[in-house]
Amino acid sequence: MTTDSKSAPDFVAPHVRGLPKSGIRDFFDIVVGRKDVISLGIGEPDFQTPWHIRERTIEAVERGATRYTSNLGTPELRQALAAYMRDSFHAEYDWQHEILVTVGVSEAFDLAMRAVLSPGDEVLYHEPCFVAYAPLIRMAHGVPVAVETFRRDDFRPTVEELKKKVTPRTRVLLLSFPNNPTGATLDRADTEALADFAIRHNLLVVSDEVYSELTYEGGRHSMAAIPRLRDRLIFLNGFSKAWSMTGFRLGYACAPAPLTDAMMKIHQFGMMCASSISQTAGLEALRHGDDAIAEMRDAYHLRRNFVVASLNEMGLDCFMPRGAFYVFPSIQSTGLSSKEFALRLLNECNVACVPGEAFGACGEGFLRCAYATGMTQLKEAMERMGKFVSALVH
Amino acid sequence: MDALLELLKKNARESDATLAKLLGISEQEVRARIAAYEEEGVIRGYQALLNTDRLDTCGVKAVIELRVRPEREGGFDRVAARIGKFPQVESMYLMSGAYDLLLIVKGASLQEVANFVSARLAPLDGVLSTSTHFMLKTYKDQGVLMESESHDDRLQVCP
Repeated sequence: MTTDSKSAPDFVAPHVRGLPKSGIRDFFDIVVGRKDVISLGIGEPDFQTPWHIRERTIEAVERGATRYTSNLGTPELRQALAAYMRDSFHAEYDWQHEILVTVGVSEAFDLAMRAVLSPGDEVLYHEPCFVAYAPLIRMAHGVPVAVETFRRDDFRPTVEELKKKVTPRTRVLLLSFPNNPTGATLDRADTEALADFAIRHNLLVVSDEVYSELTYEGGRHSMAAIPRLRDRLIFLNGFSKAWSMTGFRLGYACAPAPLTDAMMKIHQFGMMCASSISQTAGLEALRHGDDAIAEMRDAYHLRRNFVVASLNEMGLDCFMPRGAFYVFPSIQSTGLSSKEFALRLLNECNVACVPGEAFGACGEGFLRCAYATGMTQLKEAMERMGKFVSALVH
Repeated sequence: MDALLELLKKNARESDATLAKLLGISEQEVRARIAAYEEEGVIRGYQALLNTDRLDTCGVKAVIELRVRPEREGGFDRVAARIGKFPQVESMYLMSGAYDLLLIVKGASLQEVANFVSARLAPLDGVLSTSTHFMLKTYKDQGVLMESESHDDRLQVCP
C-alpha cells in the first residue's frame, strides 16, 4: 500500500464534490418522518393520474408494449406532440426530426445543456427559480449566471436586468414560466422583449414551460409562439404537472433538427429511450386528457384564490400568481429571515413551507407555499399560519 | 354549473368565509347567492353523504322498476306525485326504455320492502308491473367512492 492510496471519497470528481445539495431537500430532511406536519412544500400535484390514462397504461402492459422504442420516441406520440404544439402555440415542428421524447423535462434540460455548452459558456437564468438549473448547467461545464427578478415586476425578468449580466461568453438565455417558485407568468409584451434581447445578443433560448397548462389568467404566452425565435429556441415541456403524471417521468423537447439531433445523440447513449409504457400513457393524455386538465386547473385556480386571500389577510404581502401551483408571499413584515420563519413555522405550528432563499439569493424574504394539496389541509395550514404570524407581530 | 354550486355539491358544509376566498367575492355575496338559489328551489336541501354499510342499523335498499299506464292529462306526473308521498321512497325518476319509473326504496328489512311493494305500490291505480332489485353494497354514491382510493403517498421531499 502506498501513501497516496485513494479511498472512496477521493474517487468523486472535484466538480461533483463541490456541488451543493438541493436547498429544498436540505430543509425537508428535518420534516421527513414527522407526523402531523401539513406540507405545503411538495412540488407535485395531489391529484391521482386521471383514470383513463392509468387504464390505457394497464392495457399497454397487457398488450406487451414493453419494448425499446425509437430513440426519439414513438412516432404516434411525436405526431401527437406536433399537433399539440400547433394547436397550442401555432408552432410547427416536424415530428420526424424536431421532437425528442425524454425521461421528464429534467432529462430534456440536461440534454439541452450538454448539447450546446462548451466549457466556460455562460447561461443567463432568472432567480428565484427551480433548484435543478444551476447544478445541471455546472455539470455540463457551463457557468450559470443568475439574473434577479423582483416583486415589483411580479417576478418577471426585465431586459434592463439581463443587460447587466450578458457578456461575450453568454450562449443561452434560460426561461421558466409559469415559474416555480413564484407562480409568475409572462405576457405577450414580455415574450416579445425577451425574444428581441436573445436575437440582439445572438443567444439560444431554452424555455421550460412545464407548468404552461396550469395558467389561470392572462392566457398562455409561449416562447414557441414567436416565429422569429424558432431557429434559436429549445422548447421543453412534459406531462408531470398538467396531467399529474410525475412518476411516469415523461417530457419532451422541440427544437430545430440540428439541435434535436445533438440532444438525441446524448440521449440514445445515456438513456436509449423514454419508457415505452409511459409513452403510451402520454399519448392517451394528449388525445383524451383535455377534460382532466380543465378539472384540475379549475381546482388549483380556486385554491390559489383561497391561499392568496388568506395570506394577505394575515398580513403577508402576496402577489396574485397567474400560473403553476405556488404562491410566494413576502415574510419581511415579520422581521424574520426566510429560513427562521420556515423553521419556526415548522417547529411551532407543524406547517412546512420552503424558504425562498432555496431558489436563489433574491428569494430571501419570501416563502414558497405549494397549493397542490387538498382544501382540508390548506384551510388548516392557513389557520395555523395566521395564528403564528399574528403572535409574531403582536 | 355555477362555481358556487359546484363547491357546495362537493362540500355543503364549507364556510361562507372560505367560499368567499375561493371565489374571490365577499361573504355577503356568497350568502345572497345561496339565499337566491334556495328561494328559486335550485338548492333543495343539504344532507350528509353516508356510507350506510358502515352503520350497524342501516336497513336495506331496493331499486324498483315500475311500469305505469300514463293518464290522458298529465302523463306520469299524477301517479308519480302519489308514489312520491310514501316516506319509504327515497328517490324516483322518470325513465326512457323498458319501464317508466325508477324508485329507490328503503326499509328496515327485506320483508318490509317486499310488503311495501306488494301491499302499497303494486295495487295502485295505473301501476302495471313492478320489478324489485335489492342493493347489496355501495361502491360509489353521488360521485364519491365509499372506500378512498389511497392516502397521500407523495414524498414529503421533492425534488
